[in-house]
Amino acid sequence: MLRYLYARDLEQFQRLQDSMFRDRADQFHRRLGWDVTVDGRGWERDQYDDLNPLYVIWERPDGLHGGSTRFLPTTGRTMVNEHFLHLTDGVAFRSPFIWECTRFCLAPEAPSRVASALMVGGGELMRAFNLRHFVGVFDAPMVRIYRMLGSVPDVLGSQGTGRGAVSVGLWHYASEERRRVLERAGMSSELSEHWFQRSFGHPVEARMIA
Amino acid sequence: MGCYGMALEVEKYLERVERADGLSDIQTLIVDLRDHYRVHHVVYHWVSSDGEQYGCGTYDPKWVQHYVDSEYLRIDPVIIGCFQRFHPVDWKRLDWSSKQARTFQQDAIAHGVGNQGYSIPIRGPNGQFALFSLSHSCSDAEWSDFTRTHQRELILIAHYFNLKALEFEKNRTPEPSRGLSPREVDALTFLAMGYARGQVADMLSISEHTLRAYIESARFKLGAMNTTHAVARAMVEGLIIVGGAARAAQGDWPGRKEVVRTQAR
Repeated sequence: MLRYLYARDLEQFQRLQDSMFRDRADQFHRRLGWDVTVDGRGWERDQYDDLNPLYVIWERPDGLHGGSTRFLPTTGRTMVNEHFLHLTDGVAFRSPFIWECTRFCLAPEAPSRVASALMVGGGELMRAFNLRHFVGVFDAPMVRIYRMLGSVPDVLGSQGTGRGAVSVGLWHYASEERRRVLERAGMSSELSEHWFQRSFGHPVEARMIA
Repeated sequence: MGCYGMALEVEKYLERVERADGLSDIQTLIVDLRDHYRVHHVVYHWVSSDGEQYGCGTYDPKWVQHYVDSEYLRIDPVIIGCFQRFHPVDWKRLDWSSKQARTFQQDAIAHGVGNQGYSIPIRGPNGQFALFSLSHSCSDAEWSDFTRTHQRELILIAHYFNLKALEFEKNRTPEPSRGLSPREVDALTFLAMGYARGQVADMLSISEHTLRAYIESARFKLGAMNTTHAVARAMVEGLIIVGGAARAAQGDWPGRKEVVRTQAR
């Protein structure tokens, strides 16, 4: 199931928390070789995890992490604005309607529908809170997967080569993509809305304002 | 409530926010907003990066004093629930389960706060935090309808109050060009020259979607309600130059219009 959890509420889900930060260490440190910090517990965490970000997490039936991504509002401190302006042509995105999305992570051998489910979760956040864009940092090879998932970001810039390459890109709200992404995630609209409501206590409340 | 009244002219209202020259102007704007939406209260509460706190709002001063005297800050579920979060919250979704919280709620209702509330937490630069809240007495359905209808404009208004508050913050020097990058300045300049979005995107070698994100971001940094307003403001501030100077400086492009006009969003 999809959970939407702020960092400070994540402590109540210890198995989920522990496996998420371990999977992040596996993906970003071991597999991609990014310059990230892994602590004594085997967790990959950075300074932005301390800013009480909102995580969208796929929780497996056994309570372990299946995949996740991390959101912060661009009106406050963000990783892109503090570390990746050289990949955005110097543009520091700042708006209540643009959130940052980083640390897109999949557990080893996670089925592809988990990635789709995370895309659904991002779309629900956009729908619920009038967001128009996400600005994201991701490993460059992910673009191929995003394309398969039908949710392709505009890549603004990349650095490095091969598996460890890092890109910054923009996702845009597109209501017409929702059904397609839901289909790929093997999830009904009702189920997604139910999970959203479980986390936030209210419906997604779609409002399209041009 | 406002959903039965006239739509707020958000642009005009935000222009007034932009012109505000002190906390007393902010107070007047808050009272006007409350009267417009016909809700019981509107409150803006701001914690600066060095921990200094300000509040503006329509609560009865007796309630404010009582709140301080009772140290409600420590048990208020709105403060506890919204602090360090960043999505708009209906007060019903907060944790009112403790006895203290329920007592506090009864006290708040007795002081005219209302049985409903909605708060927009704001994260500013350097750990600055603010909360913009509305409260009222009505049914759950009415409140949900009201907040759903007005969410986007309330988010905008909340953040524009916050931009103002940051401006008022002591010892704060205005950021040069309010953080607009050369790319954003280019985008606004081409829009001001009358190019359509598609053309501007082509000229900057970005997608039209990305151009929209540039504009969205530039609008916010300039405290502007829409693209036209952002272009006008950037011109007033001398961030973009159109007309003779730009023509002389930047040569010519195919399809350029001689008449300088601002591009409506």
